[in-house]
Amino acid sequence: MTRTTNPARRGAGRTGAIWTVLAWLAGLLFFLPVAWMVLTGFKREVDAASNPPSWFFTPVLDGYRQVFDRDITPYLLNSVMASVMSTLLVLLLATPAAYALSIRPVERWRDVLFFFISTKMLPVVAALLPIYLLVQDLGMLDNVWTLVVLYTAMNLPLAVWMMRSFLLEVPAALIEAAAMDGASLLVTIRRILLPIVAPGLAATALICFIFSWNEFFFAVNLTATRAGTSPIFLVGFITSEGLFLARLCAAATIVSLPVVLAGWIAQKQLVRGLSMGAVK
Amino acid sequence: MTTTSTTGADAVPRPTVRPTRPDRTQRWARRAPLLPALVFAIVVTQLPFLFTVYLSTQSWNALRPGSREFIGLANYAQVLSDDRLRAALVNTVVLTASSVIASVLLGLGLAILLDRRFPGRGIVRTMLITPFLVMPMAAALLWKHAIYNPSYGLINGIVGGSTDWVSQYPMVSVVAALVWQWTPFMMLIILAGLQGQSLETLEAARVDGAGPWQTFTRVTLPYLRPYLELGALLGSIYLVQTFDAVFTITQGGPGRATTNLPYEIYLTTFRKFEYGEAAAAGVVVVIGTIVVATFALRVISSLFRMEDAK
Repeated sequence: MTRTTNPARRGAGRTGAIWTVLAWLAGLLFFLPVAWMVLTGFKREVDAASNPPSWFFTPVLDGYRQVFDRDITPYLLNSVMASVMSTLLVLLLATPAAYALSIRPVERWRDVLFFFISTKMLPVVAALLPIYLLVQDLGMLDNVWTLVVLYTAMNLPLAVWMMRSFLLEVPAALIEAAAMDGASLLVTIRRILLPIVAPGLAATALICFIFSWNEFFFAVNLTATRAGTSPIFLVGFITSEGLFLARLCAAATIVSLPVVLAGWIAQKQLVRGLSMGAVK
Repeated sequence: MTTTSTTGADAVPRPTVRPTRPDRTQRWARRAPLLPALVFAIVVTQLPFLFTVYLSTQSWNALRPGSREFIGLANYAQVLSDDRLRAALVNTVVLTASSVIASVLLGLGLAILLDRRFPGRGIVRTMLITPFLVMPMAAALLWKHAIYNPSYGLINGIVGGSTDWVSQYPMVSVVAALVWQWTPFMMLIILAGLQGQSLETLEAARVDGAGPWQTFTRVTLPYLRPYLELGALLGSIYLVQTFDAVFTITQGGPGRATTNLPYEIYLTTFRKFEYGEAAAAGVVVVIGTIVVATFALRVISSLFRMEDAK
């Protein structure tokens, strides 16, 4: 992205105003369910389940208090653990691999790249049963580390593609110059590569974190009470106590918050990351 | 992508990325950093699949211990002649195709709206991307209980009436929630494309007397094609595996109206415990996916060519 907006596309006059209003309406419409979720989290249960829905009410913290009383904390900690550990593991595996596929590429680098992305195209349901049986045999059901390994595999292809696209931006001349000056590989990596790809590394980490944090399928099938992650808490919360809308919305807000905040802060990196670096 | 015109896509690949032929030790030194990731990916994703293929030849219901035996391709016959699976296949196609198409079209519209400078653009963009960031399970619960609920849901609260959206329009309900979640993603990719479009081309079109609509269909759309394809491809990869929304909003029902393949296989495995049958269904899904993926990979290849032409 070389520039943000060009002046020629600035809205002018009446048409411009209409388009502006349309854009705002669209934004508000898409945001409405989220706003509703946050608002409902601050209602009393009677207000939350009122018919018709109430827009004006005295905000209370009951919903949030009950979510923490129901012990959401271990679930949040499991989510943090699974997401952070798998993200670190992904970066450790993907960065060298991306290096081998970009700056001085191995032979058939194209095939290797395609192999990585093809693993994402296989539906996870097709691998769930053997994974379940294996994990059961190893006694690793309801263990956070099982999720760490699976989330690492889930995010690895995307991370390899992303890191490769960021590494491609390092000017070859820079690396050659370093080699000419007799810099060792480690020095080259630390002094030249890392500073340039640091933003890319952060974007990759963010995307991996988001996907792991939000993952439900493996979590629901392979964990129970000990290693359950945040989405598991949400589901269990409903089935065990029936529906309390305000409380549910409070819980949904809490578990969504880390990713929403991170995504808001890093909007630009998110685009490049999600498009595997193909779109700049 | 910094290519400024669509013709760049057909240019010759950059020669510098082609590796030279070094000697053996050097070749292994090059491969070494790749190996941990490659081995990990093969062990965690490919080996389980081979095991699935093996399981698909077994008659094995986990509720009947000792029932496990080799039965060849019988599971496949069972799976392929099964009405439930065929219904699930149709549902998967309907669900994936309609959510991908709707979110790409909506995303395109929103991207065009946001490709102009206007007061509060940053805020509008932030509001628009938020649905994509909300945890899918939280979103599914939110839609089911706070939005679709017949007596106190938001939709009925706004339009009135007491429609039970989920049971009367199950597929539409699931698709609408997914479109809400995926449109922002499409918008972000298409917007990035729009902002990379060269001003000269647009200017030239205007000078040649093309109206705004003509400029859009003849110049902008063809230019956006790789971005639209990328959005559709990534969207399909994720949406074909939709589980959270089906599991939560409709539980595959009413009846089997919204049971897609991931949910059907999940039921076969963890509710009916028909391991052999579930494995065979999984293999069938993979074969179907490979057919689609072969096509999809060509789309990615075209993105590759753009990168080479840079």
